[in-house]
Amino acid sequence: MEKTLNLTLKIWRQKNATSPGKIVEYKVSDISTEMSFLEMLDVLNEDLTKKGEEPVEFDSDCREGICGTCGVVINGIPHGGYKATTVCQLHMRHFKNGETIVIEPWRARAFPIVKDLVVDRSAFDRIMASGGYISIKTGSAPDANAIPVPKENADIAMDMAACIGCGACVAACPNASASLFVGAKISQLSLLPQGKVEAARRAENMVAQMDKEIFGACTNIQECEAVCPKEISISAIARMRREYVKAAIK
Amino acid sequence: MKLDSKIPAGPLAEKWDKHKASIKLVNPNNKRKYTILVVGTGLAGASAAASLAELGYNVKTFCIQDSARRAHSIAAQGGINAAKNYPNDNDSIWRLFYDTIKGGDYRSREANVYRLAQVANNIIDQATAQGVPFAREYGGNLANRSFGGAQVSRTFYARGQTGQQLLLGAYSSLMRQVNSGMVEIFTRREMLDLVVENGKARGIIVRNLKTGAIERYAGHAVVLATGGYGTVFYLSTNAVNSNATAAWRSHKRGALYGNPSFTQIHPTCIPVSGDHQSKLTLMSESLRNDGRVWVSKKQGDKRKAADIPESERDYYLERKYPSFGNLVPRDVASRNAKEVCDEGRGAGETGLAVYLDFADSIKYFGENVIRERYGNLFDMYEKITGENPYKVPMRIYPAVHYTMGGLWVDYNLMSTIPGLYVAGEANFSDHGANRLGASALMQGLADGYFVLPFTIGDYLAGEKADELKTDGDSFNEAHSKVQTLNDKLLKLNGKKTVREYHRDLGKIMWDNVGMARSESGLKKAIEEIPKLREEFWQNVNVPGSSDNLNKSLEMAGRVADLFELGELMARDALQRSESCGGHFREESQTEEGEAKRDDENFSFVAAWEFKGENKTAEMHKEDLVFENVKLTQRSYK
Repeated sequence: MEKTLNLTLKIWRQKNATSPGKIVEYKVSDISTEMSFLEMLDVLNEDLTKKGEEPVEFDSDCREGICGTCGVVINGIPHGGYKATTVCQLHMRHFKNGETIVIEPWRARAFPIVKDLVVDRSAFDRIMASGGYISIKTGSAPDANAIPVPKENADIAMDMAACIGCGACVAACPNASASLFVGAKISQLSLLPQGKVEAARRAENMVAQMDKEIFGACTNIQECEAVCPKEISISAIARMRREYVKAAIK
Repeated sequence: MKLDSKIPAGPLAEKWDKHKASIKLVNPNNKRKYTILVVGTGLAGASAAASLAELGYNVKTFCIQDSARRAHSIAAQGGINAAKNYPNDNDSIWRLFYDTIKGGDYRSREANVYRLAQVANNIIDQATAQGVPFAREYGGNLANRSFGGAQVSRTFYARGQTGQQLLLGAYSSLMRQVNSGMVEIFTRREMLDLVVENGKARGIIVRNLKTGAIERYAGHAVVLATGGYGTVFYLSTNAVNSNATAAWRSHKRGALYGNPSFTQIHPTCIPVSGDHQSKLTLMSESLRNDGRVWVSKKQGDKRKAADIPESERDYYLERKYPSFGNLVPRDVASRNAKEVCDEGRGAGETGLAVYLDFADSIKYFGENVIRERYGNLFDMYEKITGENPYKVPMRIYPAVHYTMGGLWVDYNLMSTIPGLYVAGEANFSDHGANRLGASALMQGLADGYFVLPFTIGDYLAGEKADELKTDGDSFNEAHSKVQTLNDKLLKLNGKKTVREYHRDLGKIMWDNVGMARSESGLKKAIEEIPKLREEFWQNVNVPGSSDNLNKSLEMAGRVADLFELGELMARDALQRSESCGGHFREESQTEEGEAKRDDENFSFVAAWEFKGENKTAEMHKEDLVFENVKLTQRSYK
């Protein structure tokens, strides 16, 4: 395998939310296969800065796949489509010398573009505020072992809680649905005894807020599960529907 | 200046309860008349903001990320300590206190550390009630694991994502308060100055990172929970946007900086692969529970790990520290890794790595058990290096991970500026010269959930709930200062990028103020850093404009501050000619090459006062008084 790559990048450039954007082509050379995808973009931005051009803006922070800040669509697939991998963890050894790579932002009406590859995902925060919690005041909790939780439930709750809120599920869905994101949180909390008290209200409020944020409906296409870097199962969505129906017939 | 730590009198175990019983309260109907600004939404910030809002205060929170959920606490992997004693292995608050103060090499306050150990149990209760999915036994009770620096199992964990789960718990409580209207959240906002009016913290100046607008916010108290300054080394395990700007600019407004040289180098990180590297990735210390650390006995051994027979391997931690073995504290593990690599016995192509080998544990427990314990860490390792750690040993090397130093605070977590509180990694308070594993999460949440909600009330009870204005002279002055600085950066149009300067600074810091420090190296750093800083202010190239999203501009401001902080770190390291914790002075070691503390001369906190631009900071001392523990040379043999 080559140790370095020369690549053609086709990147979405857009000044702000209101101005039109376009694809611009760039060349990068001598990219080490040990680099992450974002380090490759860092190299491009260093080049652009030195040439007096404006760098390509993209979001990233922890660069170890847990904060959920980064996320771009690579050749049509959010995060690039490698198993359980965010774009910051995607390494250049997966690419070939001479390849052309198309890089775009998340595309969804509920995620307006801020600039270039950066989008506004505050809709997720508003959904969380509408009910993504257990109402417990600081200082009022019983002893942690007072309520035993079956290990099986705790494990599935953890699978669901692993969501990093990156929004790849929305970007992958042809309907731009946020059902996997919302379903994961509803699942985590409804699987635990502490979360059952508010389960009905939580499901109703979070689903209502999701609709208000103009995310699309889920039609079981399963693209979300395929791109989720934390491999969250669409059983989350089934559980969300169950909780929602249970709330409705109460 | 006389530093008053405000440590309450009385027996250690009763100090906090007595203090809580004697401090002032704000009547429930009056709480809503006060506004508190909380900067940073990591564990300390989110937990403080949520808890203060639950009490009835108006809270405004600020973070540089696009969501409060993304603060870097999220990356903590291994766990959180508490002396629940669920495993019945004779743990107690005293033992957690003792391990923490000993682990910190006796450079922290007894009273603070004891309080931390006391409230730790409440954190586990609180997080569990929030729905944090901690690991459990089949009977449904919480599981524990052991961690470096302790001989009991007291660490609670949620797979390898404990920080994420605790942060999402605190974030969910925060969002609940947003929903109730008690908290207003300002995302993509960076605090660029502190506003001090009549000697008290009264507001902040922030840049709206989306629009570029400089905004003013006023409050009756300000909480900084803005994390550590590991990015001064350029490469660290911190997030790429982690920075010291809010804390540093508050320092320049009068808040003293405590023990800036106390930084932690974490022993188990994925080694550097080249110049392009933008950050280093940590592999949780919990891996040392089941992994064995070794290198070849021979120098320059280029064989693959599998080809090095058992008899030619040196399990140097087990050999040198038989009672703690692979679980020695972080500073000891890091220094020993550096030592064997300096001897030319390092692993891999660069020779800057040691092996962390799971073969024995996989043989003993089976691959499934190891996968259950560390699956996500092993996957992460494979993604980055392209090697499968179930088959070949991991290669690891130390990396900058945490900063024990930070803004000086008293027992109430208030800085030397009245009304300015500092919590979590941003303060200097609880870890002394070295932090034990699984203690950062504990401290961040202790400060936010269980300390600040009481101590801020004590301050506000003595403050008038007067109308907040943002048009006074102090606001105007701070606003224009920020504006001028940003304009200046954009106009320089030099030849080198911000990243290049950051990397150069990082190299000076790593070479001279890193794992081992010497008088000559530190003097060199004190000479070189200001030179580089001067060049930066002549020759840096910051592209773009200030009226929209511009990450180069954000980074330029942060790097400018890191230059100044880096110099102070070197000065602090130079004055402390003893070795303690993560601070190893080559001139101060035992005959066996272990760190040698000097309690007679250095049993104090160094608190530095800013004396003006281009002036040397002045050091003040807070003497550390030990009434309950006997200072002993740390030994993990």
